[in-house]
Amino acid sequence: MIGVSAGGLKALTALIPALPKDFPLAIIIVQHRKHETDDYLVPYLNDLSEMSVTAATIGAPLVAGFVYIAPSGYHLLVERDCTFSLSIDTRVNYSIPSIDVLFDSAAICYQEQLIGLILTGANHDGSLGLKNINLYRGLSLVQQPATAEYAAMPLAAIEASQIDHIIPLNDIANFLTTLVMSR
Amino acid sequence: MIKQLDLQHFEINQLLDAIYFRYGYDFRDYARASLERKILHRVNLSKLQNISEMSQKILHDPSFFNLFLKDMSVTVTEMFRDPYVFKKLEKTVFLQLKTYSRVNIWHVGCATGEEAYSMAILLHENDLLKHTRIYATDYNNHSLDIAKKGIYHQDKIAEYSQNYIHAGGKSKLSDYYTVQDQFVTFNPSLKEHITFANHNLMKDQVFAQMHLILCRNVLIYFNATLQNRVLKLFTESLVHRGFLVLGDKESLEFNNEKESFENIAKKERIYQHKANL
Repeated sequence: MIGVSAGGLKALTALIPALPKDFPLAIIIVQHRKHETDDYLVPYLNDLSEMSVTAATIGAPLVAGFVYIAPSGYHLLVERDCTFSLSIDTRVNYSIPSIDVLFDSAAICYQEQLIGLILTGANHDGSLGLKNINLYRGLSLVQQPATAEYAAMPLAAIEASQIDHIIPLNDIANFLTTLVMSR
Repeated sequence: MIKQLDLQHFEINQLLDAIYFRYGYDFRDYARASLERKILHRVNLSKLQNISEMSQKILHDPSFFNLFLKDMSVTVTEMFRDPYVFKKLEKTVFLQLKTYSRVNIWHVGCATGEEAYSMAILLHENDLLKHTRIYATDYNNHSLDIAKKGIYHQDKIAEYSQNYIHAGGKSKLSDYYTVQDQFVTFNPSLKEHITFANHNLMKDQVFAQMHLILCRNVLIYFNATLQNRVLKLFTESLVHRGFLVLGDKESLEFNNEKESFENIAKKERIYQHKANL
């Protein structure tokens, strides 16, 4: 699970295309942005990446090897049967989709199998979600604030809980690949 | 920790059973993740020890149940949300509506009513309003009270005006309201054609024959069982060749009623009821 806000396009462009085609996990991304029906982010990242990038849709199961992007204007959640659901409830941390909402629900579903990652951003969304992932013994990762276009969100996450690894942006793809391919 | 989560799941099931037993509201077929989030939020806000304590309180304190109902109902809405949908309705569905002498439209889950007023405005501009009855329903009486008044804060009006233009509005949104002290009041001439009423999709039945049903971003909260029940209700309510509009992430793809409908505008999620076989 990846949460990212301001400065996200550059960060995701550095990270997602650097992952191999046979990456053995599903990746879910919440990128804060304005509600638009024609979403440029999915085709843009898909063209650059070896993994298949697609929009998360209601009721669809999470499949390893796919990158799912939360649609704009909705909260994205993971149900206990590990399928996606959406809601348009009030904003959380002024955001919809909210990183906390995704992380909290995914922590319940995947528990110690979950990896949470907070990237660049100008607010503090995701801090509580990452804390919850920690609580259920998942792995918590944060982009090294010095390498973030906006450091506030990584700093807030580091402040909120004990983070397992703090990693420079350009090393994250390699870190993840080594971690999950050697399992 | 895993045990803790199983316990939480069990407690939620008990809570939902208690609510159904005591008040007849059936949340057991709601999508669980969002429901769980709201329940835990209420436990925290009301400083309860756990979900079981919440069950006790709900069983014995109707005012607390009303608070829970308010938590559960989605009140996020706007005027002309996804304006391209309204534009498409005007170009396609309205042409058929003009062939009827009287038209019934149902806004399901209308919340505070913005969508019903949006529809009334477009109908008016297409000379359809005068023989149309709009039914706008929700199970949240608090939202319905706001909807009936038709008074909204001015801070969103600039965005709504933009939406109105993109929806194909023919004049100015400001022609349809008066402003006083930061609030806008929509014209009574629109309200005359709208009936706001309490209707609960979890238990209530069809109440009139409809030519067009808008149910946008309601089904996303339901599991497959409840979605099927609701869609069956809609097929019973719709006239032959009537229309159904869903939210922009919703579809009939996995629904039992899929075969009863033809998807006439994919992006806009507009469906037409096929001839009864």
